[in-house]
Amino acid sequence: MPTFWLVACLFLMSAAGFVLGRYRAVLSAGGEVRKLHSLPSYYGYNVALSTLLPALAALALWSILQPLVIDARVSGKISTDLNSDNTSAELMMSDVQRVSEGLNIAVARNEMTNEEIRVMDADAVDLRGRLADLGIALGSEVRPEILTAARQHRDMTHSGRLMMTIVVVLLAIVGFARSYGLTDKDFRARNVVERCVFALLALAASLAILTTVGIVFSMLFETISFFGLHSWKDFFLGTTWAPNFRGDSELSILPLLWGTIYISLIALLVAVPIGLYAAIYLSEYASSSTRSFAKPLLEILAGIPTIVYGLFALLTVGPMLVRIFGRGTEGLLGLTWMTGATSVLTAGLVMGIMLIPFVSSLSDDIINAVPQSMRDASLGLGATKSETVRQVVIPAALPGIVGAVLLAASRAIGETMIVVMGAGAIAKFSTNPLESMTTITTRIVSQLTGDTDFASPETLVAFALGLSLFVLTLGLNILALAIVRTYREQYD
Amino acid sequence: MKTSLDRHSGGSLLLQSTRTKRRNAAETRFKLYGIAAIAISLLMLMVLLTTIISKGLGAYQQTFITLQVELLEKKLDKKGNRNLTDIKKVSTFGYAPLIKASITDTVEELGVVTGLKAKQMAGILSKGAAAQLRDYVIANPGRIGDTVQFRFLASSRVDGYLKGRVSRSSIENDKNITPEQLDLVDSLIDAGLIEKTFNIDFIVGADASDQRPEAAGMGVSILGSLSMVLVVLALALPIGVGASIYLEEFAPKNWVTDVIEVNISNLAAVPSIVFGILGLAVFINYMHLPMSAPLVGGLVLTLMTLPTIIISTRAALSAVPPSIRDAALGVGASPMQTVFHHVLPLAAPGILTGTIIGLAQALGETAPLLLIGMVGFVASNAPDSIASGLLSPNSAMPAQIYEWAKRADPAFYERAWGGIILLLLFLVSMNLVAVILRRRFERRW
Repeated sequence: MPTFWLVACLFLMSAAGFVLGRYRAVLSAGGEVRKLHSLPSYYGYNVALSTLLPALAALALWSILQPLVIDARVSGKISTDLNSDNTSAELMMSDVQRVSEGLNIAVARNEMTNEEIRVMDADAVDLRGRLADLGIALGSEVRPEILTAARQHRDMTHSGRLMMTIVVVLLAIVGFARSYGLTDKDFRARNVVERCVFALLALAASLAILTTVGIVFSMLFETISFFGLHSWKDFFLGTTWAPNFRGDSELSILPLLWGTIYISLIALLVAVPIGLYAAIYLSEYASSSTRSFAKPLLEILAGIPTIVYGLFALLTVGPMLVRIFGRGTEGLLGLTWMTGATSVLTAGLVMGIMLIPFVSSLSDDIINAVPQSMRDASLGLGATKSETVRQVVIPAALPGIVGAVLLAASRAIGETMIVVMGAGAIAKFSTNPLESMTTITTRIVSQLTGDTDFASPETLVAFALGLSLFVLTLGLNILALAIVRTYREQYD
Repeated sequence: MKTSLDRHSGGSLLLQSTRTKRRNAAETRFKLYGIAAIAISLLMLMVLLTTIISKGLGAYQQTFITLQVELLEKKLDKKGNRNLTDIKKVSTFGYAPLIKASITDTVEELGVVTGLKAKQMAGILSKGAAAQLRDYVIANPGRIGDTVQFRFLASSRVDGYLKGRVSRSSIENDKNITPEQLDLVDSLIDAGLIEKTFNIDFIVGADASDQRPEAAGMGVSILGSLSMVLVVLALALPIGVGASIYLEEFAPKNWVTDVIEVNISNLAAVPSIVFGILGLAVFINYMHLPMSAPLVGGLVLTLMTLPTIIISTRAALSAVPPSIRDAALGVGASPMQTVFHHVLPLAAPGILTGTIIGLAQALGETAPLLLIGMVGFVASNAPDSIASGLLSPNSAMPAQIYEWAKRADPAFYERAWGGIILLLLFLVSMNLVAVILRRRFERRW
């Protein structure tokens, strides 16, 4: 792991820079610290930071850009050499990458030498077999031009890494020399260091934007290439979800959207009444001892990971529902409405339980934000507590509660584990809650796990689904937050 | 002339009119709805917890069968020179006859009459028994020729029989075990050769293949989860605290800051699976980091938990009263010194609490891990170094539980519930630490 050692080396240099810079500053003041502009450690930090930061930045930038540049050059060479179009060059490029990766592993395990690779003849050596022994599976036999390209790829990567190491170390040395030279008792080290720290803080804050940009772009590019392979009309307007490997898959989001909405609806039907009544009771009726006992217990429900709810749906709730609604004469009601444990109702019920604390704690906050004077006025006019709640508190809190329900809905739509384990895998339009149906998140998981080929629409559709999901939940969230915010300002 | 009061109460203040009665009844009903809502939620919690405990505790006990095995020299070391390479040439198939012989002898000694063949008798042992024997012989070649006492894992069906999961009526369609084998198990229990003991291998051991649910353990996936949480801690804490300090203390009030703030609150509500897609596209497809590596999982979970950490850190920072900042600035500290020397230490307990809660969230998250490939294989060996712990394929606790829940053999379900107990124990202890930190150090101003 040479990068690891390079980074360790940089940190060591920077630590040494701290000690030396501090020492030189104190020396320049003749040992009298109060003659320095800044505290002595600032001089140390200055040297340490100017040694470390430019070098680290260069390292990060180089590691991100190098694969891009090399891939572009190698694939450009392939397509000009073979006069082929772009898509097949892209396919070959992934072969080239795998072969070169495989050769690297082989060298690292002392199975091959660099010399051997340089003189290797693809037709003479069974490279595929040898790499398969090392656990690297290749789709087809290694053709000579691929081996040449892979060799080139390796050489370029190798020399690139060497150059990177040199540049990074040079930058560290230059940074050290420059800041060490500047170190003097009149040098305003604190101002420089603080400006630097400020920039770092701003960088950390902008990482949030970077993440969003990353999310949007990573899905957008793949979605665009999906729409290049598959018609957008079928995706948005079709009625069937039937991926296959013959190349005529029908990939429409509508049946998945229906399953998602249906399950979320059942979840909200469970969670909203229970959560809302629980919140009303806790904030309006319960004694403080009841509240201090019931609230943390409700919050435990919120802290349980979704995998637990998923398992609960798959192994407990699903079989229980089958015993009630299925199995014919052996079942509790003698019905045969339900055959498998996975169904819309299974997932919806369990998701409802998961959302209860979410709804109740949000509504609790909102109900508590209604001014006490409004309650007092209503009670003073002779209304009972429940009349006050129903006719004064709830109407006043309604926008906030609507916001809370929307937030819960966005949670339900984006929830993955419960539906993966409890909802089933059949995409269809049906209103029977005892049938199994599938959702957007379930299909994302199933299209992106296992063997995936990132050139086929069956895999790429997951990115289009992900982008739709992102847009959907983001829209709901923005709407909900806007409603909650306007409402809150009303009473502040 | 009658007052309105008279009309309602029939003239007496002591009697409730029908309207008052109706209103009071409505009041009682409304209150009862509230109590019912709380009761239903708490009941669900109880059902969930009792289900987990009742179904999962079994995984912490395992059935073992004690047998005397004669390590025949002519089978294991034909040349008789105790050469390790020669001994290693004998595959597990070569060890199976020893086990068969041993169990037939034991049954004969006990005087049990059974119509079972030797192979069927050995069927009550785990399929890994021969491998266990082989490992022992390779580690102790000197014992070849002796008779050694072994504790073998019982097969998952026998284990289920002792735990009450499997009964004679439930195995009618089960090819893995017959009622005659259960009779044999009964007589071996009477002889004291089959017993249930605490199963430390479930906590420290590795996952096992589909065929051997009795040998599957959580140990390796715990290591995977821990390395991911370490990555999250190392990245999310400094970045989150840095971002919060910037936004809370230094950010100018302009549109850029607004965009960042809106962004963070929206990121907190993005479905976790979207972060998985991001991880797959950026870290694996673009940056070519290894699939299934805890490092990638840690990076994805870092991005996912950052908003949580930023939100709680900002709350902790803004809880420090302005007088502290004014005092520090007044004695000549720079704004940066004020924050790092005075505000940050005072906010530290709140920041730590928020971070621990964020880490707990990361530990329990599954969906993004499915997309970066942390399921679908048997993580059989513990990583041997920090680098391989971060870069070699591994599973994580929730992913391992999901993997078991997907397998066809219901014996794995017990493992999945048991794994959940372990996962919840981790989460509970992390939250307890957070609560204690808050109680112990948090200052009210």
